[in-house]
Amino acid sequence: MQFLIDNFAALTVTGLAIGAVYSLIALGYTFVYGVLRLINFAHSEVFMYGSFAAVWVVMVIGGHPGGSIGQVIFWVALMFVAAMAMSGLVAVLIERVAYRPLRKRNAPPLIALISAIGASFVLSETMGLREKIAGWFGLDDTLRPYVNNSRNNVPLPSIIKPQGVFSIQGYEVTNVDIFVIVGAIAMMIMLDQFVSRSRLGRGIRAVAMDPEAAALMGVNRDRVIRVTFLVGGVMAGAAAVFYLLKIGSTRYDVGFILGVKAFTAAVLGGIGNLRGALLGGIVLGLAENYGSALVGTEWKDVVAFVLLVVILLFRPTGLLGESLGKARA
Amino acid sequence: MLLEVKGLCVNYGRIEAIRDISFTVEEGEIVTLIGANGAGKTTTMKTISGLRPVRAGTVTFNGEDITHMPSHERPVLGISQSPEGRGCFIGMSVMENLEMGTYARADRKSKAVKDDLDRVFELFPRLKERTNQAAGSMSGGEQQMLAMGRALMAKPKLLLLDEPSMGLAPKLIKQIFDIVTEINSQGTTVLLVEQNAAQALKRSHRAYILETGEIVREGTGMALAADPAVKAAYLGGDV
Repeated sequence: MQFLIDNFAALTVTGLAIGAVYSLIALGYTFVYGVLRLINFAHSEVFMYGSFAAVWVVMVIGGHPGGSIGQVIFWVALMFVAAMAMSGLVAVLIERVAYRPLRKRNAPPLIALISAIGASFVLSETMGLREKIAGWFGLDDTLRPYVNNSRNNVPLPSIIKPQGVFSIQGYEVTNVDIFVIVGAIAMMIMLDQFVSRSRLGRGIRAVAMDPEAAALMGVNRDRVIRVTFLVGGVMAGAAAVFYLLKIGSTRYDVGFILGVKAFTAAVLGGIGNLRGALLGGIVLGLAENYGSALVGTEWKDVVAFVLLVVILLFRPTGLLGESLGKARA
Repeated sequence: MLLEVKGLCVNYGRIEAIRDISFTVEEGEIVTLIGANGAGKTTTMKTISGLRPVRAGTVTFNGEDITHMPSHERPVLGISQSPEGRGCFIGMSVMENLEMGTYARADRKSKAVKDDLDRVFELFPRLKERTNQAAGSMSGGEQQMLAMGRALMAKPKLLLLDEPSMGLAPKLIKQIFDIVTEINSQGTTVLLVEQNAAQALKRSHRAYILETGEIVREGTGMALAADPAVKAAYLGGDV
Protein backbone atom coordinates (compact mmCIF):
# COMPACT_ATOMS: atom_id res chain seq x y z
CA MET A 1 0.00 0.00 0.00
CA GLN A 2 2.81 2.36 0.92
CA PHE A 3 4.45 1.63 -2.44
CA LEU A 4 1.26 2.56 -4.25
CA ILE A 5 0.99 5.85 -2.37
CA ASP A 6 4.65 6.74 -2.84
CA ASN A 7 4.57 6.06 -6.56
CA PHE A 8 1.05 7.14 -7.32
CA ALA A 9 2.06 9.79 -9.89
CA ALA A 10 4.41 7.48 -11.77
CA LEU A 11 1.85 4.68 -11.83
CA THR A 12 -0.82 7.06 -13.05
CA VAL A 13 1.24 8.49 -15.90
CA THR A 14 2.49 5.16 -17.20
CA GLY A 15 -0.96 3.66 -16.66
CA LEU A 16 -2.50 6.41 -18.76
CA ALA A 17 0.08 5.95 -21.50
CA ILE A 18 -0.37 2.21 -21.83
CA GLY A 19 -4.12 2.61 -21.31
CA ALA A 20 -4.24 5.01 -24.24
CA VAL A 21 -2.59 2.36 -26.40
CA TYR A 22 -5.16 -0.21 -25.22
CA SER A 23 -7.91 2.26 -26.09
CA LEU A 24 -6.68 2.80 -29.62
CA ILE A 25 -6.50 -0.93 -30.28
CA ALA A 26 -9.82 -1.47 -28.52
CA LEU A 27 -11.46 0.90 -30.99
CA GLY A 28 -10.79 -1.60 -33.76
CA TYR A 29 -12.51 -4.43 -31.88
CA THR A 30 -15.46 -2.33 -30.88
CA PHE A 31 -15.87 -0.71 -34.29
CA VAL A 32 -16.00 -4.00 -36.17
CA TYR A 33 -18.22 -5.52 -33.52
CA GLY A 34 -20.64 -2.62 -33.80
CA VAL A 35 -21.08 -3.14 -37.52
CA LEU A 36 -20.72 -6.92 -37.91
CA ARG A 37 -21.44 -8.30 -34.43
CA LEU A 38 -18.18 -10.13 -34.82
CA ILE A 39 -15.05 -10.13 -32.68
CA ASN A 40 -12.17 -9.69 -35.11
CA PHE A 41 -9.60 -11.77 -33.24
CA ALA A 42 -7.06 -11.06 -35.95
CA HIS A 43 -7.05 -7.39 -34.99
CA SER A 44 -4.08 -7.99 -32.66
CA GLU A 45 -1.99 -8.88 -35.73
CA VAL A 46 -3.09 -5.69 -37.44
CA PHE A 47 -1.38 -3.88 -34.59
CA MET A 48 1.70 -6.12 -34.80
CA TYR A 49 2.20 -5.54 -38.54
CA GLY A 50 1.94 -1.81 -37.98
CA SER A 51 4.60 -1.95 -35.31
CA PHE A 52 6.99 -3.76 -37.65
CA ALA A 53 6.31 -1.30 -40.46
CA ALA A 54 7.19 1.52 -38.08
CA VAL A 55 10.45 -0.08 -36.95
CA TRP A 56 11.48 -0.98 -40.49
CA VAL A 57 10.84 2.44 -41.89
CA VAL A 58 13.11 3.94 -39.24
CA MET A 59 15.79 1.35 -40.12
CA VAL A 60 15.45 2.07 -43.84
CA ILE A 61 15.85 5.83 -43.50
CA GLY A 62 18.60 5.41 -40.94
CA GLY A 63 17.01 6.96 -37.92
CA HIS A 64 19.60 7.27 -35.16
CA PRO A 65 20.03 8.74 -31.68
CA GLY A 66 20.79 12.42 -31.39
CA GLY A 67 18.92 13.63 -34.45
CA SER A 68 17.85 17.26 -34.69
CA ILE A 69 14.31 18.20 -33.74
CA GLY A 70 13.37 18.41 -37.39
CA GLN A 71 14.78 14.95 -38.08
CA VAL A 72 12.99 13.42 -35.12
CA ILE A 73 9.67 14.89 -36.19
CA PHE A 74 10.24 13.59 -39.70
CA TRP A 75 11.12 10.10 -38.47
CA VAL A 76 8.13 9.89 -36.18
CA ALA A 77 5.83 11.18 -38.91
CA LEU A 78 7.17 8.48 -41.23
CA MET A 79 6.55 5.88 -38.53
CA PHE A 80 2.93 6.95 -38.38
CA VAL A 81 2.50 6.87 -42.14
CA ALA A 82 4.12 3.46 -42.48
CA ALA A 83 2.35 1.89 -39.51
CA MET A 84 -1.09 3.28 -40.34
CA ALA A 85 -0.79 2.30 -43.99
CA MET A 86 0.41 -1.20 -43.15
CA SER A 87 -2.20 -1.79 -40.45
CA GLY A 88 -4.98 -0.39 -42.58
CA LEU A 89 -3.95 -2.64 -45.45
CA VAL A 90 -3.70 -5.75 -43.28
CA ALA A 91 -7.09 -5.03 -41.72
CA VAL A 92 -8.77 -4.64 -45.11
CA LEU A 93 -7.07 -7.81 -46.36
CA ILE A 94 -8.32 -9.76 -43.35
CA GLU A 95 -11.85 -8.62 -44.09
CA ARG A 96 -11.51 -9.51 -47.75
CA VAL A 97 -9.97 -12.94 -47.26
CA ALA A 98 -11.20 -14.20 -43.89
CA TYR A 99 -14.65 -12.68 -43.48
CA ARG A 100 -16.29 -11.53 -46.68
CA PRO A 101 -16.45 -14.93 -48.38
CA LEU A 102 -18.11 -16.35 -45.27
CA ARG A 103 -20.55 -13.45 -45.04
CA LYS A 104 -21.56 -13.89 -48.67
CA ARG A 105 -22.43 -17.49 -47.92
CA ASN A 106 -24.32 -16.59 -44.76
CA ALA A 107 -22.01 -18.60 -42.53
CA PRO A 108 -22.98 -18.71 -38.84
CA PRO A 109 -21.00 -16.37 -36.51
CA LEU A 110 -19.08 -19.26 -34.99
CA ILE A 111 -17.46 -20.00 -38.35
CA ALA A 112 -16.29 -16.40 -38.67
CA LEU A 113 -14.80 -16.67 -35.20
CA ILE A 114 -12.73 -19.71 -36.19
CA SER A 115 -11.69 -17.91 -39.36
CA ALA A 116 -10.61 -14.95 -37.22
CA ILE A 117 -8.47 -17.09 -34.94
CA GLY A 118 -6.99 -18.84 -37.96
CA ALA A 119 -6.14 -15.55 -39.64
CA SER A 120 -4.52 -14.39 -36.43
CA PHE A 121 -2.20 -17.41 -36.26
CA VAL A 122 -1.33 -17.27 -39.95
CA LEU A 123 -0.41 -13.58 -39.77
CA SER A 124 1.55 -13.90 -36.56
CA GLU A 125 3.52 -16.95 -37.68
CA THR A 126 4.20 -15.42 -41.08
CA MET A 127 5.95 -12.61 -39.26
CA GLY A 128 7.66 -15.03 -36.87
CA LEU A 129 8.99 -17.08 -39.78
CA ARG A 130 9.97 -14.17 -42.00
CA GLU A 131 13.60 -15.27 -42.10
CA LYS A 132 12.58 -18.63 -43.60
CA ILE A 133 10.11 -17.02 -45.97
CA ALA A 134 12.75 -14.58 -47.21
CA GLY A 135 15.01 -17.61 -47.66
CA TRP A 136 12.54 -19.23 -50.06
CA PHE A 137 13.11 -16.34 -52.40
CA GLY A 138 16.84 -16.12 -51.72
CA LEU A 139 16.33 -12.75 -50.09
CA ASP A 140 17.44 -13.61 -46.58
CA ASP A 141 20.89 -12.07 -47.03
CA THR A 142 19.61 -8.93 -48.72
CA LEU A 143 17.02 -8.45 -46.03
CA ARG A 144 19.25 -9.62 -43.19
CA PRO A 145 18.70 -6.69 -40.81
CA TYR A 146 14.95 -7.00 -41.21
CA VAL A 147 14.56 -10.75 -40.90
CA ASN A 148 17.28 -11.60 -38.37
CA ASN A 149 16.22 -13.35 -35.18
CA SER A 150 12.69 -13.35 -36.43
CA ARG A 151 11.37 -14.92 -33.23
CA ASN A 152 12.97 -12.40 -30.90
CA ASN A 153 12.37 -8.84 -29.84
CA VAL A 154 13.00 -6.22 -32.51
CA PRO A 155 14.06 -2.92 -30.97
CA LEU A 156 13.07 0.44 -32.36
CA PRO A 157 16.29 2.38 -33.10
CA SER A 158 16.37 4.93 -30.30
CA ILE A 159 15.42 8.06 -32.13
CA ILE A 160 13.92 9.90 -29.20
CA LYS A 161 15.57 10.14 -25.83
CA PRO A 162 12.84 10.53 -23.23
CA GLN A 163 13.40 13.76 -21.38
CA GLY A 164 11.68 14.89 -18.24
CA VAL A 165 9.38 17.82 -18.84
CA PHE A 166 8.12 18.29 -15.31
CA SER A 167 8.00 16.14 -12.25
CA ILE A 168 5.24 15.22 -9.87
CA GLN A 169 5.96 13.42 -6.63
CA GLY A 170 9.50 12.86 -7.76
CA TYR A 171 8.46 11.17 -11.05
CA GLU A 172 9.79 12.80 -14.19
CA VAL A 173 6.95 12.99 -16.69
CA THR A 174 8.73 12.67 -20.03
CA ASN A 175 8.04 14.19 -23.42
CA VAL A 176 7.27 10.68 -24.67
CA ASP A 177 4.65 10.14 -21.96
CA ILE A 178 2.95 13.39 -22.85
CA PHE A 179 3.13 12.75 -26.59
CA VAL A 180 1.62 9.28 -26.24
CA ILE A 181 -1.26 10.38 -24.01
CA VAL A 182 -2.09 13.56 -25.89
CA GLY A 183 -1.56 11.98 -29.30
CA ALA A 184 -3.76 8.99 -28.57
CA ILE A 185 -6.54 11.17 -27.24
CA ALA A 186 -6.29 13.43 -30.30
CA MET A 187 -6.65 10.36 -32.57
CA MET A 188 -9.75 9.31 -30.67
CA ILE A 189 -11.32 12.73 -30.91
CA MET A 190 -10.73 12.72 -34.66
CA LEU A 191 -12.37 9.33 -34.98
CA ASP A 192 -15.28 10.46 -32.86
CA GLN A 193 -15.78 13.46 -35.14
CA PHE A 194 -15.51 11.30 -38.23
CA VAL A 195 -18.16 8.91 -36.98
CA SER A 196 -20.60 11.51 -35.74
CA ARG A 197 -20.22 14.14 -38.47
CA SER A 198 -19.11 12.72 -41.79
CA ARG A 199 -21.53 11.11 -44.20
CA LEU A 200 -19.63 7.84 -44.20
CA GLY A 201 -19.40 7.92 -40.41
CA ARG A 202 -23.15 8.24 -40.22
CA GLY A 203 -23.48 5.40 -42.68
CA ILE A 204 -21.39 3.29 -40.32
CA ARG A 205 -23.60 4.18 -37.37
CA ALA A 206 -26.70 3.50 -39.40
CA VAL A 207 -25.49 0.02 -40.36
CA ALA A 208 -24.58 -0.65 -36.73
CA MET A 209 -28.04 0.37 -35.54
CA ASP A 210 -30.19 -1.21 -38.23
CA PRO A 211 -28.57 -2.75 -41.31
CA GLU A 212 -31.83 -3.11 -43.23
CA ALA A 213 -32.97 0.45 -42.62
CA ALA A 214 -29.48 1.61 -43.60
CA ALA A 215 -29.76 -0.25 -46.90
CA LEU A 216 -33.12 1.42 -47.51
CA MET A 217 -31.34 4.78 -47.18
CA GLY A 218 -28.84 3.72 -49.82
CA VAL A 219 -25.94 2.82 -47.52
CA ASN A 220 -23.69 0.25 -49.15
CA ARG A 221 -23.06 -2.22 -46.36
CA ASP A 222 -20.01 -3.84 -47.95
CA ARG A 223 -18.38 -0.48 -48.37
CA VAL A 224 -19.18 0.48 -44.79
CA ILE A 225 -17.68 -2.77 -43.56
CA ARG A 226 -14.50 -2.18 -45.56
CA VAL A 227 -14.17 1.34 -44.19
CA THR A 228 -14.79 0.05 -40.68
CA PHE A 229 -11.91 -2.39 -40.96
CA LEU A 230 -9.72 0.27 -42.55
CA VAL A 231 -10.38 2.83 -39.84
CA GLY A 232 -9.90 0.26 -37.07
CA GLY A 233 -6.63 -0.75 -38.73
CA VAL A 234 -5.39 2.81 -39.04
CA MET A 235 -6.08 3.35 -35.34
CA ALA A 236 -4.16 0.18 -34.49
CA GLY A 237 -1.28 1.47 -36.62
CA ALA A 238 -1.20 4.70 -34.63
CA ALA A 239 -1.34 2.64 -31.44
CA ALA A 240 1.66 0.67 -32.65
CA VAL A 241 3.74 3.84 -32.98
CA PHE A 242 2.74 5.10 -29.55
CA TYR A 243 3.52 1.67 -28.13
CA LEU A 244 6.97 1.60 -29.74
CA LEU A 245 7.82 5.07 -28.48
CA LYS A 246 6.82 4.05 -24.96
CA ILE A 247 8.00 0.43 -24.80
CA GLY A 248 10.80 0.45 -27.37
CA SER A 249 10.48 -2.90 -29.10
CA THR A 250 8.08 -5.27 -30.81
CA ARG A 251 7.88 -8.97 -31.61
CA TYR A 252 5.94 -11.29 -33.91
CA ASP A 253 3.68 -12.33 -31.02
CA VAL A 254 3.38 -8.92 -29.38
CA GLY A 255 -0.25 -8.76 -30.49
CA PHE A 256 -1.42 -11.68 -28.44
CA ILE A 257 -1.43 -10.29 -24.92
CA LEU A 258 -2.00 -6.72 -26.11
CA GLY A 259 -4.91 -7.89 -28.23
CA VAL A 260 -6.48 -9.71 -25.31
CA LYS A 261 -6.02 -6.62 -23.16
CA ALA A 262 -7.49 -4.30 -25.75
CA PHE A 263 -10.41 -6.66 -26.29
CA THR A 264 -10.87 -6.65 -22.52
CA ALA A 265 -10.84 -2.86 -22.57
CA ALA A 266 -13.50 -2.86 -25.29
CA VAL A 267 -15.75 -5.19 -23.32
CA LEU A 268 -15.08 -3.28 -20.12
CA GLY A 269 -16.24 -0.03 -21.66
CA GLY A 270 -19.14 -1.66 -23.50
CA ILE A 271 -18.41 -3.45 -26.76
CA GLY A 272 -19.65 -1.59 -29.81
CA ASN A 273 -19.35 1.74 -28.00
CA LEU A 274 -16.47 3.97 -29.13
CA ARG A 275 -16.32 6.10 -26.02
CA GLY A 276 -16.53 2.91 -24.02
CA ALA A 277 -13.35 1.70 -25.71
CA LEU A 278 -11.58 4.88 -24.69
CA LEU A 279 -12.76 4.64 -21.10
CA GLY A 280 -12.16 0.89 -20.90
CA GLY A 281 -8.57 1.24 -22.09
CA ILE A 282 -7.74 3.98 -19.62
CA VAL A 283 -9.42 2.19 -16.71
CA LEU A 284 -7.63 -1.02 -17.56
CA GLY A 285 -4.23 0.66 -17.92
CA LEU A 286 -4.59 2.45 -14.59
CA ALA A 287 -6.06 -0.51 -12.73
CA GLU A 288 -3.26 -2.77 -13.92
CA ASN A 289 -0.63 -0.39 -12.64
CA TYR A 290 -2.28 0.32 -9.31
CA GLY A 291 -3.10 -3.35 -8.85
CA SER A 292 0.41 -4.53 -9.56
CA ALA A 293 1.76 -1.91 -7.16
CA LEU A 294 -0.48 -3.37 -4.48
CA VAL A 295 0.07 -7.08 -5.01
CA GLY A 296 3.18 -7.29 -7.19
CA THR A 297 3.96 -6.83 -10.88
CA GLU A 298 3.69 -10.53 -11.64
CA TRP A 299 -0.03 -10.25 -10.82
CA LYS A 300 -0.63 -7.54 -13.39
CA ASP A 301 -2.61 -9.66 -15.86
CA VAL A 302 -4.54 -11.33 -13.05
CA VAL A 303 -5.59 -7.93 -11.77
CA ALA A 304 -6.72 -6.92 -15.26
CA PHE A 305 -8.99 -9.91 -15.72
CA VAL A 306 -10.35 -9.99 -12.19
CA LEU A 307 -11.33 -6.39 -12.77
CA LEU A 308 -13.07 -7.34 -16.00
CA VAL A 309 -15.07 -10.09 -14.38
CA VAL A 310 -16.03 -7.98 -11.36
CA ILE A 311 -17.18 -5.05 -13.49
CA LEU A 312 -19.16 -7.30 -15.80
CA LEU A 313 -20.86 -8.92 -12.81
CA PHE A 314 -22.28 -5.54 -11.86
CA ARG A 315 -22.59 -4.04 -15.34
CA PRO A 316 -23.01 -6.89 -17.81
CA THR A 317 -22.97 -4.55 -20.82
CA GLY A 318 -19.82 -2.72 -19.71
CA LEU A 319 -19.25 0.67 -18.17
CA LEU A 320 -21.01 2.71 -20.84
CA GLY A 321 -23.23 -0.01 -22.29
CA GLU A 322 -23.22 -1.54 -25.75
CA SER A 323 -24.05 -0.19 -29.16
CA LEU A 324 -22.18 1.96 -31.59
CA GLY A 325 -25.27 3.95 -32.36
CA LYS A 326 -26.54 4.82 -28.96
CA ALA A 327 -23.36 6.34 -27.70
CA ARG A 328 -23.26 8.92 -30.49
CA ALA A 329 -19.83 7.54 -31.38
CA MET B 1 -46.08 2.04 -65.52
CA LEU B 2 -43.85 2.99 -62.59
CA LEU B 3 -43.59 -0.39 -60.91
CA GLU B 4 -44.34 -3.78 -62.36
CA VAL B 5 -44.05 -6.95 -60.33
CA LYS B 6 -44.41 -10.09 -62.40
CA GLY B 7 -44.62 -13.69 -61.24
CA LEU B 8 -42.64 -12.91 -58.11
CA CYS B 9 -41.65 -15.81 -55.84
CA VAL B 10 -39.66 -15.28 -52.65
CA ASN B 11 -38.64 -17.91 -50.12
CA TYR B 12 -37.50 -17.83 -46.54
CA GLY B 13 -35.30 -20.87 -46.53
CA ARG B 14 -37.62 -23.59 -47.75
CA ILE B 15 -40.81 -21.76 -46.89
CA GLU B 16 -42.52 -19.96 -49.74
CA ALA B 17 -43.33 -16.50 -48.44
CA ILE B 18 -44.87 -15.25 -51.67
CA ARG B 19 -45.88 -17.31 -54.68
CA ASP B 20 -46.20 -16.01 -58.19
CA ILE B 21 -47.63 -12.59 -57.43
CA SER B 22 -48.08 -9.92 -60.07
CA PHE B 23 -49.22 -6.35 -59.71
CA THR B 24 -48.55 -2.89 -61.05
CA VAL B 25 -48.38 0.65 -59.76
CA GLU B 26 -49.03 3.52 -62.14
CA GLU B 27 -47.46 6.91 -61.70
CA GLY B 28 -49.51 9.12 -59.40
CA GLU B 29 -51.47 6.31 -57.77
CA ILE B 30 -51.92 5.11 -54.23
CA VAL B 31 -51.97 1.33 -54.42
CA THR B 32 -52.56 -0.81 -51.36
CA LEU B 33 -51.72 -4.40 -50.57
CA ILE B 34 -54.10 -5.74 -47.97
CA GLY B 35 -53.82 -8.97 -46.11
CA ALA B 36 -53.65 -10.67 -42.75
CA ASN B 37 -50.48 -11.29 -40.77
CA GLY B 38 -48.15 -13.59 -42.65
CA ALA B 39 -49.84 -13.05 -46.00
CA GLY B 40 -46.55 -11.86 -47.48
CA LYS B 41 -47.10 -8.11 -47.53
CA THR B 42 -43.87 -7.14 -45.79
CA THR B 43 -41.90 -9.69 -47.79
CA THR B 44 -43.23 -8.08 -50.96
CA MET B 45 -42.15 -4.62 -49.78
CA LYS B 46 -38.71 -5.84 -48.71
CA THR B 47 -38.26 -7.55 -52.05
CA ILE B 48 -39.11 -4.38 -53.96
CA SER B 49 -36.44 -2.61 -51.92
CA GLY B 50 -33.98 -5.41 -52.57
CA LEU B 51 -33.70 -6.71 -49.03
CA ARG B 52 -34.87 -10.21 -50.00
CA PRO B 53 -33.47 -12.29 -52.84
CA VAL B 54 -35.91 -13.18 -55.60
CA ARG B 55 -36.36 -16.86 -56.44
CA ALA B 56 -38.36 -16.29 -59.59
CA GLY B 57 -40.13 -13.48 -61.38
CA THR B 58 -39.16 -9.91 -62.10
CA VAL B 59 -39.42 -6.44 -60.59
CA THR B 60 -39.37 -3.59 -63.11
CA PHE B 61 -39.12 0.04 -62.07
CA ASN B 62 -39.56 2.83 -64.57
CA GLY B 63 -38.84 0.37 -67.36
CA GLU B 64 -35.62 -0.91 -65.78
CA ASP B 65 -35.28 -4.49 -64.57
CA ILE B 66 -34.21 -4.19 -60.93
CA THR B 67 -34.93 -7.76 -59.84
CA HIS B 68 -31.37 -8.41 -58.73
CA MET B 69 -30.13 -4.89 -58.15
CA PRO B 70 -28.41 -4.41 -54.74
CA SER B 71 -30.70 -2.74 -52.21
CA HIS B 72 -28.48 0.31 -51.66
CA GLU B 73 -28.69 1.28 -55.35
CA ARG B 74 -32.47 1.43 -55.42
CA PRO B 75 -32.96 4.71 -53.51
CA VAL B 76 -30.86 6.34 -56.23
CA LEU B 77 -33.54 5.33 -58.76
CA GLY B 78 -36.25 6.84 -56.60
CA ILE B 79 -37.52 3.98 -54.47
CA SER B 80 -37.78 4.83 -50.82
CA GLN B 81 -39.35 2.82 -48.02
CA SER B 82 -40.65 3.49 -44.57
CA PRO B 83 -40.29 -0.05 -43.22
CA GLU B 84 -42.53 -2.07 -40.95
CA GLY B 85 -41.77 -1.22 -37.34
CA ARG B 86 -40.45 2.17 -38.53
CA GLY B 87 -36.75 1.32 -38.44
CA CYS B 88 -35.73 4.71 -37.12
CA PHE B 89 -32.06 5.02 -36.15
CA ILE B 90 -32.84 5.25 -32.48
CA GLY B 91 -29.44 6.53 -31.40
CA MET B 92 -29.52 9.39 -33.88
CA SER B 93 -31.35 12.65 -33.46
CA VAL B 94 -34.46 13.44 -35.49
CA MET B 95 -32.39 15.70 -37.71
CA GLU B 96 -29.73 13.07 -38.30
CA ASN B 97 -32.44 10.57 -39.21
CA LEU B 98 -33.87 12.97 -41.76
CA GLU B 99 -30.39 13.61 -43.14
CA MET B 100 -29.90 9.87 -43.50
CA GLY B 101 -32.84 10.02 -45.88
CA THR B 102 -30.75 12.12 -48.26
CA TYR B 103 -27.81 9.70 -48.12
CA ALA B 104 -28.27 8.42 -51.67
CA ARG B 105 -29.18 11.73 -53.28
CA ALA B 106 -26.77 13.20 -55.79
CA ASP B 107 -28.00 16.71 -54.93
CA ARG B 108 -27.77 16.18 -51.16
CA LYS B 109 -25.70 19.31 -50.69
CA SER B 110 -27.92 21.59 -52.74
CA LYS B 111 -30.71 23.87 -51.70
CA ALA B 112 -33.29 21.35 -52.88
CA VAL B 113 -32.66 19.41 -49.69
CA LYS B 114 -33.56 22.41 -47.60
CA ASP B 115 -36.84 22.77 -49.50
CA ASP B 116 -37.64 19.11 -48.98
CA LEU B 117 -36.88 19.48 -45.30
CA ASP B 118 -39.32 22.38 -45.08
CA ARG B 119 -41.92 20.28 -46.83
CA VAL B 120 -41.41 17.40 -44.39
CA PHE B 121 -41.71 19.79 -41.45
CA GLU B 122 -44.90 21.16 -42.98
CA LEU B 123 -46.37 17.66 -43.21
CA PHE B 124 -45.08 16.70 -39.76
CA PRO B 125 -44.83 19.81 -37.58
CA ARG B 126 -44.09 17.55 -34.61
CA LEU B 127 -40.69 16.67 -36.07
CA LYS B 128 -39.69 20.29 -36.32
CA GLU B 129 -40.19 20.75 -32.59
CA ARG B 130 -37.92 17.80 -31.88
CA THR B 131 -35.02 18.07 -34.28
CA ASN B 132 -32.40 17.47 -31.60
CA GLN B 133 -34.23 14.77 -29.71
CA ALA B 134 -32.97 11.18 -29.99
CA ALA B 135 -35.35 9.19 -32.20
CA GLY B 136 -35.45 6.37 -29.65
CA SER B 137 -36.97 8.62 -27.02
CA MET B 138 -40.03 9.49 -29.12
CA SER B 139 -43.46 7.90 -29.07
CA GLY B 140 -44.52 5.31 -31.62
CA GLY B 141 -46.56 7.81 -33.57
CA GLU B 142 -43.72 10.29 -33.71
CA GLN B 143 -41.34 7.59 -34.85
CA GLN B 144 -43.79 6.68 -37.60
CA MET B 145 -43.80 10.28 -38.73
CA LEU B 146 -40.03 10.32 -38.62
CA ALA B 147 -39.76 7.17 -40.70
CA MET B 148 -42.11 8.63 -43.30
CA GLY B 149 -40.35 11.98 -43.26
CA ARG B 150 -37.01 10.28 -43.63
CA ALA B 151 -38.28 8.29 -46.61
CA LEU B 152 -39.57 11.52 -48.19
CA MET B 153 -36.18 13.19 -47.77
CA ALA B 154 -34.91 10.78 -50.42
CA LYS B 155 -37.23 12.57 -52.84
CA PRO B 156 -38.71 9.30 -54.08
CA LYS B 157 -40.68 8.63 -57.21
CA LEU B 158 -42.22 5.67 -55.42
CA LEU B 159 -42.81 5.76 -51.68
CA LEU B 160 -43.26 2.37 -50.01
CA LEU B 161 -45.12 2.52 -46.71
CA ASP B 162 -45.21 -0.69 -44.74
CA GLU B 163 -48.00 -0.60 -42.14
CA PRO B 164 -47.79 3.06 -41.20
CA SER B 165 -50.79 2.70 -38.89
CA MET B 166 -49.40 -0.18 -36.86
CA GLY B 167 -49.75 0.28 -33.11
CA LEU B 168 -51.18 3.78 -33.36
CA ALA B 169 -54.27 5.25 -31.70
CA PRO B 170 -57.31 5.63 -34.03
CA LYS B 171 -57.07 9.40 -34.09
CA LEU B 172 -53.44 9.27 -35.08
CA ILE B 173 -54.21 6.64 -37.73
CA LYS B 174 -56.59 9.02 -39.45
CA GLN B 175 -53.96 11.74 -39.31
CA ILE B 176 -51.32 9.47 -40.85
CA PHE B 177 -53.68 8.52 -43.68
CA ASP B 178 -54.49 12.18 -44.28
CA ILE B 179 -50.79 12.80 -44.67
CA VAL B 180 -50.42 9.86 -47.07
CA THR B 181 -53.17 11.36 -49.21
CA GLU B 182 -51.47 14.74 -49.03
CA ILE B 183 -48.09 13.32 -50.03
CA ASN B 184 -49.74 11.62 -52.99
CA SER B 185 -51.55 14.75 -54.09
CA GLN B 186 -48.19 16.54 -54.11
CA GLY B 187 -47.09 14.10 -56.78
CA THR B 188 -45.48 11.10 -55.08
CA THR B 189 -46.67 7.64 -56.04
CA VAL B 190 -47.42 5.49 -53.01
CA LEU B 191 -47.45 1.75 -52.49
CA LEU B 192 -49.03 1.00 -49.17
CA VAL B 193 -49.25 -2.16 -47.12
CA GLU B 194 -51.97 -2.26 -44.50
CA GLN B 195 -53.93 -4.36 -42.10
CA ASN B 196 -56.21 -1.44 -41.46
CA ALA B 197 -58.22 -2.20 -44.58
CA ALA B 198 -61.09 0.22 -44.12
CA GLN B 199 -58.95 3.34 -44.05
CA ALA B 200 -56.53 2.07 -46.64
CA LEU B 201 -59.20 1.11 -49.20
CA LYS B 202 -60.93 4.41 -48.78
CA ARG B 203 -57.73 6.25 -49.61
CA SER B 204 -56.34 4.13 -52.45
CA HIS B 205 -56.95 4.24 -56.13
CA ARG B 206 -56.48 0.51 -56.42
CA ALA B 207 -55.79 -2.39 -54.10
CA TYR B 208 -54.73 -6.02 -54.11
CA ILE B 209 -55.63 -8.59 -51.52
CA LEU B 210 -52.94 -11.01 -50.47
CA GLU B 211 -53.70 -14.33 -48.84
CA THR B 212 -50.95 -16.77 -47.83
CA GLY B 213 -48.54 -15.46 -50.39
CA GLU B 214 -50.90 -15.10 -53.33
CA ILE B 215 -53.01 -12.31 -54.76
CA VAL B 216 -56.63 -13.39 -54.52
CA ARG B 217 -58.45 -10.24 -55.53
CA GLU B 218 -57.83 -6.86 -57.04
CA GLY B 219 -59.81 -3.78 -57.93
CA THR B 220 -60.33 -0.14 -57.18
CA GLY B 221 -60.35 0.83 -53.53
CA MET B 222 -64.05 1.66 -53.70
CA ALA B 223 -65.04 -1.59 -55.36
CA LEU B 224 -63.11 -3.72 -52.89
CA ALA B 225 -64.47 -1.80 -49.93
CA ALA B 226 -67.99 -2.56 -51.16
CA ASP B 227 -67.30 -6.23 -51.94
CA PRO B 228 -69.19 -8.44 -49.45
CA ALA B 229 -66.44 -11.06 -49.24
CA VAL B 230 -63.81 -8.43 -48.56
CA LYS B 231 -66.10 -6.81 -46.02
CA ALA B 232 -66.55 -10.06 -44.16
CA ALA B 233 -62.87 -10.92 -44.12
CA TYR B 234 -61.15 -7.57 -43.65
CA LEU B 235 -63.61 -4.91 -42.65
CA GLY B 236 -65.50 -6.80 -39.97
CA GLY B 237 -64.40 -5.22 -36.75
CA ASP B 238 -62.48 -2.42 -38.31
CA VAL B 239 -62.65 1.31 -37.76
